[in-house]
Amino acid sequence: MDENILLENFQKKVDAEIKVEPKDWMPEKYRKTLIRQISQHAHSEVVGMLPEANWLTRAPSLRRKMILLAKIQDEAGHGLYLYSSAETLGADRQDLIEELLSGKAKYSSIFNYPTLTWADIGAVGWLVDGAAIMNQVMLTRASYGPYARAMVRICKEESFHQRQGFEIVANLANGTPEQKEMAQDALNRWWWPSLMMFGPTDDNSPNSALSMKWKIKRKSNDELRQDFIDRTVQQAEAIGLTVPDKDLKWNEEKGHYDFGTINWDEFFEVIKGNGPCNQERLSARQEAYNKGSWVREAAKAYAAKKQVSKAA
Amino acid sequence: MSQNEKTNWPLWEVFIQSKPGLSHKHVGSIHAADAQSAIENARDVYTRRSEGTSIWVVPANAISASSPDDEGEFFEPANDKVYRHPTFYNIPKGVKYL
Ligand SMILES: [Fe+2]
Ligand SMILES: [Fe+2]
Repeated sequence: MDENILLENFQKKVDAEIKVEPKDWMPEKYRKTLIRQISQHAHSEVVGMLPEANWLTRAPSLRRKMILLAKIQDEAGHGLYLYSSAETLGADRQDLIEELLSGKAKYSSIFNYPTLTWADIGAVGWLVDGAAIMNQVMLTRASYGPYARAMVRICKEESFHQRQGFEIVANLANGTPEQKEMAQDALNRWWWPSLMMFGPTDDNSPNSALSMKWKIKRKSNDELRQDFIDRTVQQAEAIGLTVPDKDLKWNEEKGHYDFGTINWDEFFEVIKGNGPCNQERLSARQEAYNKGSWVREAAKAYAAKKQVSKAA
Repeated sequence: MSQNEKTNWPLWEVFIQSKPGLSHKHVGSIHAADAQSAIENARDVYTRRSEGTSIWVVPANAISASSPDDEGEFFEPANDKVYRHPTFYNIPKGVKYL
């Protein structure tokens, strides 16, 4: 069939809110965009385990330790759901992992910041998972079926992630002056990088229009960021913390908060590999992968041996 | 593909029964060296919150599927057979349990 007719039918289907499934015809650009986006998302889940793992052995109670362990395990699961949905588009898992390990693939810039204190674990759950949720809730309605379905699973699991983080911050904010200061310091350091998680401003994100047309995304970066700010400011106020933005002000007319200018130079530097922890994150992933190679080989050898004894 | 075969475990499609009495439903896929470890990996990845009472794994390449391209004609035979539905029939007023 003519490419133009195929394309037209594809758009009609997307407009009619009929999900695109793996074997359906799709524009090459749609496939490529999705593979890139889904694999970056998967990498982010995987690398995202590292800043939290930093505090696993030093969690202040057994309760906190069990919660953090469960959360980190969920993030590993999210990575796996996403890799498996990228594979339905014809991507090879091994290629994707190698792209991450070689530093070629991108992942969310937020995970290149360090978790310096226990309060950071709270801030990560509250702000970082909170920002991720805004994006992921939107993606449960993505036009590509396997991606949307993975997002539904992920969103169900995410809700505890944000709450456990907020609980940590809230407890510290209600604690001794030192604890409160620690909570405020974590908010100060994580606020702006969390806002950057939504990506460049709309006038600076050239691929967005097509993603919206194909209903991969349904809200722009700026819309999502604004939603996040509007709901998070109130949460900070409720526990007596101050959002570190002197320009933050409720705008009655717009029904939204006005906020200060994001330091995009910092954002692009971190993306380029010059964030505080880029090197550390990459080498932690490489080390984990290399140390796991004997397990992968042993499992294969064992499976092969069982095959032989079954055949005999 | 050939070079990756060295390192990639095979792909399995995962089906989970969420409660006794219900059908198994496709939930996603998993890589594993063999069927037993596929079931264990699927348990860890897809049933961390008691989502299942039973798991099936099937080698992904063992699944044959209908083609979406001729979905229209393929399912066409069912479209004009309204008499397969109970609502097609006229039942006299007042008759019950039918
Ligand atoms: Fe996640
Ligand atoms: Fe999370």
